[in-house]
Amino acid sequence: MVDRIVKGLRLIGHRVIDRIWRLGSAARFFLYALVLSGESLRRFHLTIREIYFTGVLSLIIILVSALFVGMVLGLQGYNTLQKYGSSEAIGVLVALSLVRELGPVVTALLFAGRAGTAITAEIGLMKATEQLSAMEMMAVNPIARVVAPRFWAGVISMPLLASLFSMMGVFGGYLVAVPLLGIDDGAFWSQMQASVDFREDVVNGVIKSCVFGVACTIIALFEGYDAPPTAEGVSRATTRTVVNSSLAVLGLDFVLTSFMISV
Amino acid sequence: MNDNLVEINDLSFAYNSRLLHKGINMRFPRGKVVAIMGGSGSGKTTLLRLIGGQLTPSSGHVKVDGRIVHEQSREEIYRMRRKMGMLFQFGALFTDLSVYDNVAFPMREHTNLPESIIRDLVLLKLNAVGLRGARDLMPSELSGGMARRVALARAVALDPAIIMYDEPFAGLDPISMGVIVNLIRSLNDALGATSIVVTHDVHETFSFVDYVYFVSAGVVVAEGTPEDLRASQMPFVHQFVHGEADGPVPFHYTAPDYRQDMLRGANG
Ligand SMILES: Nc1ncnc2c1ncn2[C@@H]1O[C@H](COP(=O)(O)OP(=O)(O)OP(=O)(O)O)[C@@H](O)[C@H]1O
Ligand SMILES: [Mg+2]
Repeated sequence: MVDRIVKGLRLIGHRVIDRIWRLGSAARFFLYALVLSGESLRRFHLTIREIYFTGVLSLIIILVSALFVGMVLGLQGYNTLQKYGSSEAIGVLVALSLVRELGPVVTALLFAGRAGTAITAEIGLMKATEQLSAMEMMAVNPIARVVAPRFWAGVISMPLLASLFSMMGVFGGYLVAVPLLGIDDGAFWSQMQASVDFREDVVNGVIKSCVFGVACTIIALFEGYDAPPTAEGVSRATTRTVVNSSLAVLGLDFVLTSFMISV
Repeated sequence: MNDNLVEINDLSFAYNSRLLHKGINMRFPRGKVVAIMGGSGSGKTTLLRLIGGQLTPSSGHVKVDGRIVHEQSREEIYRMRRKMGMLFQFGALFTDLSVYDNVAFPMREHTNLPESIIRDLVLLKLNAVGLRGARDLMPSELSGGMARRVALARAVALDPAIIMYDEPFAGLDPISMGVIVNLIRSLNDALGATSIVVTHDVHETFSFVDYVYFVSAGVVVAEGTPEDLRASQMPFVHQFVHGEADGPVPFHYTAPDYRQDMLRGANG
């Protein structure tokens, strides 16, 4: 009995230490990628190529999702606001929820699923097929040549994608509110314009998505780089990318929001 | 001046705790082609990684150009690697780049040559391995042997001073094999390079190398020029040259006695 408890405690301790250890390596990896970023910024075409793969190819899923999210917000918001006789405020509701929360958060979750997994699988396979090793033997640092450009591509793409998400979402809300539910066109836009603050809402949303961009991209890169060089290892790493990125995004969102609201 | 470009002294190396090399000594003189032969899993690939500074020995050292590799700083090791070319056992071509861009990769990374000169150099290297016509293919469109030849062209793209070939002949037909043998020899002699060839293929290897090391169970069991070794009556060499399963070189990965293993399964 005691034996079993001790064993159980040991297992828990082992897991915790393992997690902390990995967090430490991820932090070192992050710093290392930052330090070795010079090349990816100097030879910017390397980064542009990755922006195409992570950013441009994510556009479709981001825009379509945003349209639906915006339309649902319109419907739900109208339903509630109508009870209080303030259905003209629908524009405000849609815009604020998107710019402050849904834009950055949903974009980051979709990004983790669309681009993050692709990054992890690609890097993991490059490692498994010794491409990274070969690069090292050619005196080319894989962190500088492979990791850093992807990192910057993710960090640049995320706020742009989130902004597009918010724009498309507002358009979706508009489609539902004005042509479908018959809200006045002018009221919809003017209330929105009056209530959405540039500094408090828009800039804070962009800050959030920049932070999420760093978190999602570095998690995807680290999981790929750290994956055991086998098919199974890469598939597990891909799963971990989605799980860890989602948790990180939601956790960071709480932290950031609490700072932004109290200020 | 020391005339050994690469030296391995009393080198031991262990993966986790399994000792793979137990005190290996080798010399690779400038301008020579030296072969390392040994059974599958005897640690030949690992030896090349140790020479390239990707792994650190448990004891002993590797010297390249008179300097101990694992004591150098990262920058210094990278500088050292610029003078090395390595053909990986499985090619390790960059799957997101075409054949052309793979061969151009080291040139673009390490030189400021204009694109027109890079083009000439890439086509020259690809022509040498007979794949000039395949330059626009992606690695996924190549056969195993073709991929290895492209990898070879990439390994020698910068005319390195030390060229390491890990199993250059595996998966090649006899014609390509002959071409590659000539290529290794002529690259070596034309560039004044030093070549290290890891291989299983006794007959092909003996025909063109200057010196041979046999490794087994973590030590060098025999060495000499091909003529010496052919005439040698040493059991290791005899077994290897004649491809016999029974002999001092174990075919099996370290395992408990076969009979015991089977009996244990039956009882348990
Ligand atoms: N990354 C690793 N981690 C742990 N053990 C390893 C690793 N790489 C290789 N080994 C072990 O080291 C031994 C030697 O491997 P190595 O690849 O050097 O052999 P080799 O002589 O090149 O064999 P082959 O001729 O089949 O290519 C093998 O038994 C293998 O199990
Ligand atoms: Mg090998």
